[in-house]
Amino acid sequence: MSIDKKITEDLVNAGISFVTTVPCKQLAGVIDEIDQHPDIFHIPSNKEDEGMGLCAGAWMGGKRPAIIMQNTAIGVTINTLATLIQYYRMPLPMLISYRGELREPVACQVEMAVYTKALLAQMNIPTYHFHKQADAEELPMILDYTFMCNKPVAILTDANFWGGYGDQ
Amino acid sequence: MIRSEILKEIAPILRDQLVVCNIGIPSQELHAIDDQPTNFYMLGTMGLASSIGLGLALAQPKPVIVIDGDGSVLTNLGTLPTIGNNVADNYILMIIDNGSYGSTGDQPTYTGKKTDLAGMARAAGCENVVEVQDVDTGKALTAALESGKMTVMIVKCDSGNAKNPVITMDPVVIRDRFMKAVSA
Repeated sequence: MSIDKKITEDLVNAGISFVTTVPCKQLAGVIDEIDQHPDIFHIPSNKEDEGMGLCAGAWMGGKRPAIIMQNTAIGVTINTLATLIQYYRMPLPMLISYRGELREPVACQVEMAVYTKALLAQMNIPTYHFHKQADAEELPMILDYTFMCNKPVAILTDANFWGGYGDQ
Repeated sequence: MIRSEILKEIAPILRDQLVVCNIGIPSQELHAIDDQPTNFYMLGTMGLASSIGLGLALAQPKPVIVIDGDGSVLTNLGTLPTIGNNVADNYILMIIDNGSYGSTGDQPTYTGKKTDLAGMARAAGCENVVEVQDVDTGKALTAALESGKMTVMIVKCDSGNAKNPVITMDPVVIRDRFMKAVSA
């Protein structure tokens, strides 16, 4: 099974049926799988804080949500994480492409990469870092943990996890 | 009419519905006029009322009324194409457009100048966009509920705020009683 399919199946098996996405090159495959899966309502957002609002509403409406986004979005969503997701104590799995790590071809991506873990740690957001595909074995546990503790939880997935960019 | 006068007038219509209410003075006013477990008060996160309400409407079948503001919608304009392209017929977005940032001292927003929110909503793909004058809000809201169609209401009214205390209810309490009302 491809890693994109495995991640999608893990989301569905965790009861997640409402997924919002803002695309990243690394996430293209998993977004395709989610878009086609009959058990997931996929709603693309224009910005990640908007997506978190959608997820908050869906959760209060009885669905388990998830957001898929790039780590640059941490810079967009700090206020929403603090004053909506954390303040009202809501669960939110965040599958995040960790751009700007090893094998990154775009220098500017490194600028947010160096802040990513520090910002997540500053916000006391449980954070997992998938570097090798075997790391994804823990995804079902991470999803259960998220809906157990009603917190936002970050799953950072770097270029080595996704297989890099061609020659990089 | 100012927003609080509109809210007073439509409170009997809102009472039995799921309501997501915008941050700041709008939530304080609704809380003071008619606090209900079916009200979700935003205490922070300017701009996301319409998104929270859309997620809620897409996730369950009961009608959802979002009380939003012109300044808040302007801060999250990406919401309009998302609403226009993900039709939930149990969703009513009521934008109280008083042309000002009420909670911060009535500074003018661009909707009090050249910007037309109704035109923007239509251009974003929203199909039922109605422009309403303050005195007609109740009638228009009832019509929107009865239509069973996703509706965006732009309610034009005067700028101004009622004086009410801040909401001191714990956010987890607001959220918990709201979720119980949603699933009741």
